[in-house]
Amino acid sequence: MKLIKRAVAGTLESSDIQVIIEPREEACIEIELKSSVEKQFGRQIRRVIRETLEALGVENARVIATDRGALDCTIRARVLCAAYRASGIKGKYDWEVIDKWNA
Amino acid sequence: MERLRRTMMFVPGSNPGMVKDAYIYGSDSIMFDLEDAVALTEKDSARFLVYNAIKTLDYGDKEIVVRINGLDTPYGRDDIEAVVRAGVDVIRLPKTEAREDVIAVDEVIEEVERKIGREIGSTKMMAAIESPLGVLNAYSIATASKRLIGIALGAEDYVTNMKTKRYPDGLELLGARSQIVMAARAAGIYAIDTVYTDVDNEEGFRKEVELIKQLGFDGKSVINPRQIPLVHEIYTPTQDEIQKAIKVVRAAREAEEKGLGVISLNGKMIDKPIVERAERILQLAVASGVYKEGMENEK
Repeated sequence: MKLIKRAVAGTLESSDIQVIIEPREEACIEIELKSSVEKQFGRQIRRVIRETLEALGVENARVIATDRGALDCTIRARVLCAAYRASGIKGKYDWEVIDKWNA
Repeated sequence: MERLRRTMMFVPGSNPGMVKDAYIYGSDSIMFDLEDAVALTEKDSARFLVYNAIKTLDYGDKEIVVRINGLDTPYGRDDIEAVVRAGVDVIRLPKTEAREDVIAVDEVIEEVERKIGREIGSTKMMAAIESPLGVLNAYSIATASKRLIGIALGAEDYVTNMKTKRYPDGLELLGARSQIVMAARAAGIYAIDTVYTDVDNEEGFRKEVELIKQLGFDGKSVINPRQIPLVHEIYTPTQDEIQKAIKVVRAAREAEEKGLGVISLNGKMIDKPIVERAERILQLAVASGVYKEGMENEK
């Protein structure tokens, strides 16, 4: 999946995570995370964000995530949504792919 | 045993905190809403959230329902694809006016089930009837698909279409409610009543629940967790009702054992419908957790 613009999904409400994704030149995924539970769960949150993007085939992205205690399934949902929004794809979701890694 | 559907709690599909905590309030069914509770700009994010939640979280024995957007919107098809893949129990159709609306959604569900190798027909449906035309077509809608487990009244649009509003006594809804519950019974499916939006008016809510129970509804859609225990209380048979039902069921069994065609209790004749009602009270009491199955057989 190719990202073409900056996009955001999620809110700053409790149990949510706001995910901002933007395309970047270099081929790597850079994650900037702000979380009240950074010490305990920072690594896990970063891992979920990275795995979700990799599963979607996103290779060049900068992610700014502000976590408010989101569950893994919420993190996945927000990253998925932000990535699709950043790719400009509307309504043509690849459910086969989403469903496969998300088992 | 029949499934209880006394309460179906509306949860906005866009709110992760509520989606996560929905099971703790004790409703019989949880209904994640992708339709009216979600802003047009968040249809995609709510769909991903509900999809991931159903796929990942364990809601125990709660029935999971998702209200999708209609197929006449740009969102309906993706909603169906997402929630069938996630393994939803029931898809709720909004604003159903004719059997064709049900059939169209049924076909898309079947397409997805086939694609992912799920048993055809395992995803159930319920239809919300929210207009005069829908009410007039209630039986035709209720029998449109084998997937249908129930029909529900959505009152706000209906009263607006009828050029009236909601009144405290609910008289303006009597025709629609009666027609819907009759259609559901004739089709052998559940009838679920509309929401009561004035959450601080406990007395008004209680009266409405008593009324819909009297009309024969199986339960009610609720919008606030505080409404759940009240509905369950009203739908739970009282000890007096249970004791009377036990006597009726025992008298019926004794008559059957003795080969008597006529059942009598305390010198009064008991008809078959009375026995059926008594059996239903005991079933409801068992399902509500206030009576142990088979106790009527003990002496």
